[in-house]
Amino acid sequence: MRQRDPAGCVLRRTFRALAAVVAAMRASTHPTLLALALMAGPALAVQPDEILADPQLEERARELSRGLRCLVCRNESIDDSNAELARDLRLLVRERLVAGDTDDEVIDFVTDRYGEYVLLTPRTGGTNWVLWGAGPAMLILGLGIGLVFLRRRASGTEEALSPEEEERLKRILDR
Amino acid sequence: MVTELGHFALILALAVALVQTVVPLVGAHRRWPGWMAVAEPAANAQFLLVGFSFAALTHAFVTSDFSLRLVTENSHSLKPMLYKITGVWGNHEGSMLLWILILALFGASAAWFGGALPPTLRARVLAVQGGIGLAFLAFLIFTSNPFLRLAVPPLDGRDLNPLLQDPGLAFHPPFLYLGYVGLSMAFSFAVAALIEGRVDAAWGRWVRPWTLAAWVFLTIGIALGSWWAYYELGWGGFWFWDPVENASFMPWLIAAALLHSAVVVEKRESLKSWTILLAIVAFGFSLIGAFITRSGIITSVHAFATDPERGVFLLAITVLFMGGALTLFAARAEALSSRGVFSMISRESMLVLNNILLAVAALVVFVGTVWPLVSELAFDRKLSVGAPFFNMAFTPFFVALGLALPIGAMMPWKRGRPGRVLRRLLPAMALAVAVLALVYAIQTERSALGPVGLMLGTWLVAGAATDLWARTGKSGAGRLFRLQRSDYGRTLAHAGLGVTIAGIAGLLAWESEDIRVMQEGDTLTLAGYDITLEGVTRVQGPNYVSTTGTVRLARDGAAIATLTPEKRFYPVARMPTTEAGIDNGILRDVYVVIGDPQEGGGWAFRTYVKPLANWIWGGAILMALGGALSLSDRRYRVAAGARRVAAEGVPAE
Repeated sequence: MRQRDPAGCVLRRTFRALAAVVAAMRASTHPTLLALALMAGPALAVQPDEILADPQLEERARELSRGLRCLVCRNESIDDSNAELARDLRLLVRERLVAGDTDDEVIDFVTDRYGEYVLLTPRTGGTNWVLWGAGPAMLILGLGIGLVFLRRRASGTEEALSPEEEERLKRILDR
Repeated sequence: MVTELGHFALILALAVALVQTVVPLVGAHRRWPGWMAVAEPAANAQFLLVGFSFAALTHAFVTSDFSLRLVTENSHSLKPMLYKITGVWGNHEGSMLLWILILALFGASAAWFGGALPPTLRARVLAVQGGIGLAFLAFLIFTSNPFLRLAVPPLDGRDLNPLLQDPGLAFHPPFLYLGYVGLSMAFSFAVAALIEGRVDAAWGRWVRPWTLAAWVFLTIGIALGSWWAYYELGWGGFWFWDPVENASFMPWLIAAALLHSAVVVEKRESLKSWTILLAIVAFGFSLIGAFITRSGIITSVHAFATDPERGVFLLAITVLFMGGALTLFAARAEALSSRGVFSMISRESMLVLNNILLAVAALVVFVGTVWPLVSELAFDRKLSVGAPFFNMAFTPFFVALGLALPIGAMMPWKRGRPGRVLRRLLPAMALAVAVLALVYAIQTERSALGPVGLMLGTWLVAGAATDLWARTGKSGAGRLFRLQRSDYGRTLAHAGLGVTIAGIAGLLAWESEDIRVMQEGDTLTLAGYDITLEGVTRVQGPNYVSTTGTVRLARDGAAIATLTPEKRFYPVARMPTTEAGIDNGILRDVYVVIGDPQEGGGWAFRTYVKPLANWIWGGAILMALGGALSLSDRRYRVAAGARRVAAEGVPAE
């Protein structure tokens, strides 16, 4: 499943360079990969020849593409990716839509083949409740702790000044 | 020769860092002035040594010394001089050296500007800073030494990744590192204060400028990176929620929280232990960021195994410093009693809300970033967490923050009357609602994103203006010129956030796009603009070949601009890049990209009209400017505790 595609994903290339993982940089100058890079030839995300004639279907295809991950890239949707594999997936999505599938059916079709990994929005079921629940849970916890703290502050009393401080204050005020 | 001297200086810096860590720490504990005084010259020496080492590496890059492995892998003799220099930090080893240089710079500047600090605190701050330097110098020398030679030097190098050969990205890492590493100062101050067992208003006053500076640099660094992605990647994306981006965003969020809680420590001597915790966590996220970007573990669990040495070393550094500091915190936090008393409705309580929202937002980003890894390791469930999740999970916190911000900024300390504050903000509120209604009526889509984003932006900008106006009190506009710089700084930064939010919402809601095959001479119309591809030529650059299109942009027959989108190919690195042709405007960008030649003739051609795009970075500039203005406020320039000079009717500088 995991194949290297040096010409494909702009993002992956970039962040790899940014992250400066030297091992990966060496790989990109490997002779066979070089040949691959030359053959693959760079292409821009969605190509003119992919676009469906029906603008409504095309809009749905774009919307779906934004939620599906390019499998060989890093964190890039197939809508943005330049990789060959992403193009194949885009064409697949359009094929299913033209065949009359609903959006959910298309997503199911793709996840059946490529697994949950292909979804950019993780599903809510199973262990993923930790991921989805983390934000609200922490917010409630934070607000609760904050409220307890604030109540304690509100009912506290200001510390009185020590005699020396009183003396100093008096001197400053008298000046 | 210069290279060997640089290598030697680096090893010497490691030895100096060891001295800087141990001697002042013992001295401060035993109250030996001589031992404490070692900290300052040691910090200076460390800075000079690392600086020399960095200069030596730069020299090797500038003179294209291909006997150095790092130069061979990341440079080429034909590369323009600017990119030969920026190539120094365009790779793992060099960027780590830059990181350490900045660390040493911050340490040295604490020695230069820390004259007014109590001697034990100063010695401890410098010692902790030295300790961080020690860890990273050891990491550099033992796992990623930049000064390794090649036995057989090649004739020429392999060139820097062409995507990095760009001014926006050339200066992105230094700013980002200034931010990441700047947070080490807050960390050092926090740990030193925990060792001292004392946190007071003066401590807050010392910590805040360092945190503010770090936050300003982070803001600039993140904005540069996002701007670069926008014009370079070829479709105008500006934020991808990539793990590497999140690594810089989490410290930014925590630093923003720290800035605000340090105000409470400084003004009201409250929230002390929370502020210390934030200072520790902020730098912790910097360390985690270094670990994420350099170990490659989040990208793929398997990438970790390819170079485990570095990853394990960085993880050890993170665990050591975080574990140590948090243990110290657990032991000492009780001693940091807060004094200030304030009511449930007050500036203090609003700042607590600000801190909760920012901290939870940062944690949401953190959980989303590490979840794929946790899920695969713990539950054997391979999944992705991408932009749609982050947009959904993160945005509510920022909307809440934006709604509360103007009210909090105008709330008085100790005890506020909400009715009074809301009455003053009534015009801003009315304006924001008017904008919401107007935008909703005009736009053709049904999405709420655009109207709500613009409403929030208006609310923030108008709220900031109201805040500034309220500062003048009864004396009216004349006093506007005598306000403190920090008042202007705060206003600008808050307004900047509003501008950025409006920009993001506008761009995402109303972008229009066109993808088609264009022949030379063809014209297309998008969002009222006529775009004509006049010709395509081949251009030879210094180290690339370019396919350059000439595109005429017109509206209603009147020419606006000529754009030259390019598609470049770098033969040495064998990589293509796209250079978009962009006509920048205040209300919109027109963005054209030329693609591959098509089989039946013509070129693949993409056109975008991106409303409010520049507001995103304009807002970031405002935020950074606001921070810088606050930083230059006189209370940071005048020694702490000194009496304020009476106003003499001159504008406050």
